[in-house]
Amino acid sequence: MLSRVAESIYWMSRYLERAESVARLVDVNLHLTLDAAADYGDQWEPLIDTVGGQPLFAGRYGVAERDSVMRFLTFDRENPNSILSCAWKARENARSVRDTISSEMWEQANRFYAFLKGYAESDYALMNPHDFYTEVKMATHLFDGIADATMSHGDAWHFLRLGEMVERADKTSRILDVKYFILLPRWQGIGSTVDSIQWAALLKSASAFEMYRKKYKSISPAKVADFLILNREFPRAIRWCLDQAAESLQCLSTGMRQSAPNQAERRLGRLVSELHYARIEEVISRGLHEFLEDLQGYLSSVHEAIAETFFSATLPLTEPVKSVALGGGQ
Amino acid sequence: MYRMGITFAVYGGAEGAEKILPFDIIPRIIDASEWNKIEQGLKQRGHAINLFLADIYGKQRILSEKIVPRELVLSAPTYRPQCVGLTVPRGIWNHISGTDLIRDETGQFYVLEDNVRCPSGVSYVLENRRILKRALPQVFDASRVRAVDDYPSRLLNVLEFLAPTPMDSAVTVVLTPGMYNSAYFEHAFLAQQMGIELVEGRDLLVIDDAVYMRNTRGLERVDVIYRRIDDDFLDPLAFRSDSLLGVPGLMRAYQAGNVALANAPGTGVADDKAVYAYMPKIIKYYLGEEPLIPNVPTYLCGEKRDRDYVIANMENMVIKATDGSGGYGMLVGPTSTASDRALFREKITAHPRQYIAQPAMSLSRAPVLVEGHFEGRHVDLRPYVLYGQEIYVLPGGLTRVALKRDSLVVNSSQGGGSKDTWVLQS
Repeated sequence: MLSRVAESIYWMSRYLERAESVARLVDVNLHLTLDAAADYGDQWEPLIDTVGGQPLFAGRYGVAERDSVMRFLTFDRENPNSILSCAWKARENARSVRDTISSEMWEQANRFYAFLKGYAESDYALMNPHDFYTEVKMATHLFDGIADATMSHGDAWHFLRLGEMVERADKTSRILDVKYFILLPRWQGIGSTVDSIQWAALLKSASAFEMYRKKYKSISPAKVADFLILNREFPRAIRWCLDQAAESLQCLSTGMRQSAPNQAERRLGRLVSELHYARIEEVISRGLHEFLEDLQGYLSSVHEAIAETFFSATLPLTEPVKSVALGGGQ
Repeated sequence: MYRMGITFAVYGGAEGAEKILPFDIIPRIIDASEWNKIEQGLKQRGHAINLFLADIYGKQRILSEKIVPRELVLSAPTYRPQCVGLTVPRGIWNHISGTDLIRDETGQFYVLEDNVRCPSGVSYVLENRRILKRALPQVFDASRVRAVDDYPSRLLNVLEFLAPTPMDSAVTVVLTPGMYNSAYFEHAFLAQQMGIELVEGRDLLVIDDAVYMRNTRGLERVDVIYRRIDDDFLDPLAFRSDSLLGVPGLMRAYQAGNVALANAPGTGVADDKAVYAYMPKIIKYYLGEEPLIPNVPTYLCGEKRDRDYVIANMENMVIKATDGSGGYGMLVGPTSTASDRALFREKITAHPRQYIAQPAMSLSRAPVLVEGHFEGRHVDLRPYVLYGQEIYVLPGGLTRVALKRDSLVVNSSQGGGSKDTWVLQS
């Protein structure tokens, strides 16, 4: 498929996943502040750290509180990672590849943006946050379902999944990083009710609570970290995401001219192996925060290798070229 | 419609502004015998235009024999000296055309304009039909309406017919200027319906006079390009050098016979509005037949007698730029102001070759639903013609509607709307 189209699909998918992650993050924080305001405090600042954009936020809103953070992360067009900005970029990418994706996917990307735009000027989201963020999550789930059910699972679909999985792995690591940082000191006081509520909230932000309960009965920070990083079955666990990404990458790489693994495969393959063989005790003793930071850095190098390998072709697929004058006017 | 994203972009508005082409639910109905005349007339015209193009870029007999003034053709801005001597694949230049027809108060159809560059609108025909089938299934069922749905597969056949390689292995693409073009929706729609790639200029490159597209696994050879980019922007090495939309070296690859383009470059000269005035003579010259669908009487401002008449009767004329399209840069006499007319008088005097005028015809009207009741609005009709192994006229076409009462301008870029067109089976 066309490199430009592959790149747009990849980004469309990343932006939709990012919109969903931001919605999850805001939603869970709302629950935390409702359930345990006295103990947990009104912690809105860390959300901005997770998504990025602290200087922009400070310049535009000043104090980080419920309404200002919600507006910034949900509807602010100046914030490149707000849900609305992500939905807009996803829609524009979708628009540029609407002949490749199914019409149903395009309609859903378009509808998602129209839905957000419709609420951008009203207070509906601030007044009914739970309903609103649930709708956002459902809209992106619907897109994923439509993509799975209406598009051939060929190259375009693999680029879609690659973008989604790389983004989701990154966001899970960021959510975990921030929450862990806030929650860990409190946990030392041994599982009070409040603590388990908060850890449960962290799991819920990844829709992981029920699935976690089926695997582990009690809630402990190490087990939560294990579940969200190393679980091989849960679809928001980092390892699961990267297994999927590696599978797509392999499909995308078959039939290329060179037979050796490409740069993207090599980098992702190494990361996946590490997650396959790591144990959570080691990770924690080495420092969870450092581990997650390394992982994020490594993921961004995987992304760069994907871009280099697939989005900037220079050699003919079949017959060799006589004169490789690729510079000419390009 | 917005949800379905059937939109077009309007130039000169906010950047990337999208609008919905307003759609009127009441179909326009054309019976079989009337359609038959239109179909024959359009086939005749398509055939003659192809012979005309081959001639003026070849031996130029029609110019030597002074049937059409040489100066008039060579001075058309859409005449491309780069195409002189070109051998086009299968000898066809105008593969896809969309001819604008109007009907006067007596029911007589006239050709208002030939569009043989990159006529747009066929996607609306297909989408309008889809909506009407959904909205009025019983009426539709009882009316025995001829199908238009196979247009994309017929178009693909025409394109593959041109391939320098065997047809079944031909790699065919649609070349678009990109998503900010007013007809982008259509480009994407057609590519999707034909199951072929929609490419932009930056997706293609030319190596050793062969065209390749940049794929994720490497470069892939391209055989046929349905280009929806004007000649000017096609290849910066052959045409406008500041074009960022085109593909450097594309013309050389075309001249070498390594890739086919539809339509061929240079076809625009046949829809130049001054050349249009000679179309009855062109048909007669090549085919020895009278035109089956007449022209609207046309005055050429380049000729003194006509010009004087136009300037004296501006209130009753529609004045158009000869290389214009989309309803931009025209004067509709009956609704114009004195200052509009003064402006056009100056323009015509300064560049007479660039303007033609036609009497403001009383276009036929069709009923339109306006706020719950019917009102008459002026309409025209654009049928689509494909020229491959044979000439095919899509039974239907885009009926464009002036949505403002009494307006004669039906272009979508000027606030016009559309209707489905039902051609009945005999």
